[in-house]
Amino acid sequence: MKAAPFDYHLAQDLVHAKDLLHEYGHDVKIIAGGQSLVPMMAMRLAKPSHIVDIARLQELQTIKQVDDVISIGAAVKQCSLENNPFASKVPLLEIVLPWIGHHQTRHRGTVGGSLAHADPSAELPLLAFVLQATLHSDSLVSGQRQYTAKDFFLGPMWTTLEAQECLTHTDWPIWSGPGIGYAFEETSIRQGDFAMASAVTQLQIDHDEKVTRLCFGVGGMGGTPYSFEDLSSTVIGKHLSIDVINDLCEQAIHSTDPASDLHAGAPYRRNLAKILLSRTLQQSLSMAKAAIHPSLR
Amino acid sequence: MKNISIELTVNGQAISSTVEPRTSLVDYLRDELRLTGTHVGCEHGICGACTVLLNGDPVRSCCMFAVQAHEQTITTVEGLAPERGQLSKIQDAFCEKHGLQCGFCTPGMLITCQALINKNPHPSEAEIRHAISGNLCRCTGYQQIVDAVVHATQEV
Amino acid sequence: MSNLPITPAQFTYIGKHRRAVEHRRFVVGKGNYAGDVLKPGTLHVAIVASPYASAKILAIDASAALVLPGVVSVVTGAEINAAVLPVLPGVDAPEVRRFPLADEVTRYSGEWVCVVVAKSRAIAEDAAELIQVTYEELPFVLDPEIAISDASHHVHEKAGTNLIFNRQFVWGPVDEDFAKCDHQLSYRVKWARSSTVPIETFALTCDWSDATGILDIWASVQMPKYPEQIANALKLSTNAVRVHYDVDVGGSYGVKRGLKHAILLGYLAKKLGKPVRFIEDRLENMRGGDMQGPDRLFEVSLGFQKDGEITCMKMRALEDIGAYAGRSPLQLGKPVGAISGPYRIKSVAYLAQAVLTNKTPQEAVRGFGQAPTNYALESGIDKVARFLGMDSIAIRKRNLINKDEFPYLIPSGTHYDSGDYATVLDKALREANLEELIKQRDTMRADGKLAGIGISSCLEPSGGNSSFEPLFNPKNETTTWMESCVVKIDLGGQVTALMATSTSGQAHETMVSTVVGEILLQEPDSIRVLHADSLNALPSNSPVGSRMAIMLGGAAAGAAKKLRAKLITIAAAQLQVSDQDLIFTGSQVHVANHPEKNISWSELVAIAHRKFHLLPKDMEPGLQEKFVWEVPTGGELPDDQGRVQMYPCHSFESHVVLVSIDPDTGKASIHRYVCGHDCGVMISPDVVHGMTYGGIAHGIGAALMEKFSYSPEGQFLSGTFMDYLLPSSSEVPAITIVDHCTPSPLTEFGQKGSGEAGYLGSPAAIANAINDALATINASIDYLPMTPNAIWNAIQEKN
Repeated sequence: MKAAPFDYHLAQDLVHAKDLLHEYGHDVKIIAGGQSLVPMMAMRLAKPSHIVDIARLQELQTIKQVDDVISIGAAVKQCSLENNPFASKVPLLEIVLPWIGHHQTRHRGTVGGSLAHADPSAELPLLAFVLQATLHSDSLVSGQRQYTAKDFFLGPMWTTLEAQECLTHTDWPIWSGPGIGYAFEETSIRQGDFAMASAVTQLQIDHDEKVTRLCFGVGGMGGTPYSFEDLSSTVIGKHLSIDVINDLCEQAIHSTDPASDLHAGAPYRRNLAKILLSRTLQQSLSMAKAAIHPSLR
Repeated sequence: MKNISIELTVNGQAISSTVEPRTSLVDYLRDELRLTGTHVGCEHGICGACTVLLNGDPVRSCCMFAVQAHEQTITTVEGLAPERGQLSKIQDAFCEKHGLQCGFCTPGMLITCQALINKNPHPSEAEIRHAISGNLCRCTGYQQIVDAVVHATQEV
Repeated sequence: MSNLPITPAQFTYIGKHRRAVEHRRFVVGKGNYAGDVLKPGTLHVAIVASPYASAKILAIDASAALVLPGVVSVVTGAEINAAVLPVLPGVDAPEVRRFPLADEVTRYSGEWVCVVVAKSRAIAEDAAELIQVTYEELPFVLDPEIAISDASHHVHEKAGTNLIFNRQFVWGPVDEDFAKCDHQLSYRVKWARSSTVPIETFALTCDWSDATGILDIWASVQMPKYPEQIANALKLSTNAVRVHYDVDVGGSYGVKRGLKHAILLGYLAKKLGKPVRFIEDRLENMRGGDMQGPDRLFEVSLGFQKDGEITCMKMRALEDIGAYAGRSPLQLGKPVGAISGPYRIKSVAYLAQAVLTNKTPQEAVRGFGQAPTNYALESGIDKVARFLGMDSIAIRKRNLINKDEFPYLIPSGTHYDSGDYATVLDKALREANLEELIKQRDTMRADGKLAGIGISSCLEPSGGNSSFEPLFNPKNETTTWMESCVVKIDLGGQVTALMATSTSGQAHETMVSTVVGEILLQEPDSIRVLHADSLNALPSNSPVGSRMAIMLGGAAAGAAKKLRAKLITIAAAQLQVSDQDLIFTGSQVHVANHPEKNISWSELVAIAHRKFHLLPKDMEPGLQEKFVWEVPTGGELPDDQGRVQMYPCHSFESHVVLVSIDPDTGKASIHRYVCGHDCGVMISPDVVHGMTYGGIAHGIGAALMEKFSYSPEGQFLSGTFMDYLLPSSSEVPAITIVDHCTPSPLTEFGQKGSGEAGYLGSPAAIANAINDALATINASIDYLPMTPNAIWNAIQEKN
């Protein structure tokens, strides 16, 4: 499985990268970690004539706090999120990390790469949806742009990015205050495989344990991950009883469109996603309650 | 298709080469440098037989083009032993505990284990199993590999 | 055959911990694998494969490929098939002919259509993409239960049928015995098409020399009579093919047969006058490498009494062998040698059917059909237990052959040589701490999980034999299944042994040096073991059928014993006593009770090599002996009931497994895994244990996640490791092996074979554990793999 021939261009900085992308925009692909792209090229599913390597762009390597978001450069390696004082302010980023491939792939794969690859079963796209990350890009032709996850992810392996657009960084909102809880669940046949289904919740409750903020979603259940914002708004100010949780999950999964593949059929996926979603809601709630009432921990 | 000049360090030696961009790092190591210790098992980033150290971190050399290794430092299985005729602790432990059979996954497995114990000198069995979960073996069932890492890290 | 039990003597080297010789080169990356061999001027090969289940090739246009710089040649089936002879099946089906490239018609998705030869593999792949093949799709059949009928599309038109093997064996008064039973039950189980999938794919280089008239082959191979079959196909004389067995094989576990690869590349090498190399990439390997394994539907009926005694069995095994037949139908035959398992089942009817479908051909897989058969039988034992309200241990104890009953003759004509099955089972249960296990299981059940304990008790027939060949093709009257070894002591007194076949991780160099060291009482690490090539090798039948400890160990021991006897005879002449008066200690030979009357090893060596004047009369100078021997108990053709001694020695394993299932996700987890194992005397315990762990891991894969899948259109769906899932260290739990030893009376040291251990009993035990868990909600699952979705479906479908 040898890749088809191509020309390789190592970008020195972002300006250079944009120039290269513009020059070869008719048939170019960006490479950073290459953990998704190189296997696809080996299988000749992707045959770009030109590759622009952005792995060494200093501008895309930082993780920092900007006001109330954590800004992660697109070329930041996934392993760099571990034990990072800034990334830890968006705790779900570190929680999903062990589920992303294997440590070998996390030493090369980048945050931006995973998002741009847009696998609907992947963890970072799911978080981007649910946590309402903002994705920033730059190109010679269109300048700087930013997208919500919903605008960015169009379908399986398909984003709104144009050929010469380069993801530069993503901004992840920091939640603050008491009563925050979060949880992530994924089921795959083997550790490190793409999820058959995955679910994530982050919520905040007040002193009466009523929901003040809620975001939750599932991955692997359609062409893109799902974030159930409309459903979330229906429980603001309410208690998340088990009945409410069950009802939320029922409605949430009902709106999804899972495929059947070698590893899981659609009915199984639906049931699995419902179970995982319910578990993350319950776990987040327990965590939030413990944060509100430490003596109950 | 233009060939690219690269300079890199492999097992402590400075190397200059001219490569086709599409040549994977593992093919470059094996075919160009004739370091055939690193093996090709799948060419799509799952089996881990191609694992090498890139600047000290274990990576899948089938998921990299050689050109991406420009100015980087690579260690392959051939670079693990401290001296000619000697074995590193982990290599020796694999021999003592029968942590291999056909030897095909072994170079990648050794690299991963070396990287593990570089970071975590006394890993638990669970940590070992997690660390090697990206290296597939069809001979050993992993038991004696885990035993070998425990042996390597428990010796005084 | 001796009825006396043999207790293991005190060995010097056998049975001890010893570092494997081979590992010294593997851990420093200096193995010599087929993909490492690169002769000057080597050309590289890529394959163009058919995407269709069944199609006619209308045209092949290679014009664009041929003008690509670096492309040397494109060869199609039309060319090569006229120049080579086809490979025929092991069963009597001469119209099912196999050529390396498709001849006019392609019969499975992935079948080789044409081959590109170029200066690099990358260029060959570039060229392969430029080749235009025009196909006309034809009808196809995928379901073996449909393929079996005459109305089905025939995969090989000229064969007139897809059912190329169909034989009903009846051993004993089966119908009468069923009539006498209190109860009977019938069930169906399905073993999914899976395989052992080595991490190294098949790789080879072929190099023809006009000057010497020799075709050299370096291949990652495990195949009996490989050089001869290649020579025949290429119309070369059998001493014109030299297979280099010193190539390290990166795992095989049965599958690396590589016939079509070698015939193709041998043809190319001869045609082009250059070395030609082919390393299967993973896609080529998974879909067209012919290493897919048994794909078997079982229908079983068991007749039993109300006290649990199982007296009779009917078993139908319908095997989907894919589009061509190599040794694959014979995988229905080997289990005949342990058809009743470790039980006292008195009469058996066995219907063995091999049917062609439009899928990748099946090849020999570890156990050669025994693992699926054990899964089928062991599932039934548990069903009988559940029916009677007995537990799975009690039902086995009721039926296991007793240790006093050996050698035990089973209905199909095989004698089991020795065993103590109940003790192995007990040891496993004790190690697993059954009481604790039950508590753990019950705690998990109380916590809302489904949980179960699974037992399997299975035979591992070992030693190999050709008997399934005449059994499945009476026209093939063959009874020889030999192995050889040459041992020499050189002028410097050092020992070298020469083995005659390849090794794929079984540490044969270690085993042979241990055995020779044991006989000659020389330090095993001082003994060098080499692999001959096929021209200078003595006959061998490859490491198949768990035979090498028995056969190569026996051959090495035989040659070493001849050398020892010769040394003693030389010493006797020097010391002027008779041979019987002498003691051999390795470093010297001395007169019994008179150690001062001795002669040293080096003096004996000097006499043999340099002092002909001191050599006994008529004695051959030098110290070199060969030993070639037939498999013990072999040499007879099956009778007309199909009764025959299949393999000589019978190892045994008993697995105890605790699993839990998350009822919401269907995902199973293994919490405890114990394997009781008896393979007689272990020559290299580390090696035996290692292969048993590995066999269990193979079994976990087959049980829980491995399957070669096809779409309804016959498209192959399992081409990558994202589709075909191999267990990692996260999916294989810690495993405990408990050893027992019932020596074989048939071998030098009491050793039995063990290459297939673990795999033979593991899927059965895991399936039984999962069904023990599901039984609590009246559910069951009768097919593999038991993926989370499959288990979840079973839970939904509960009665």
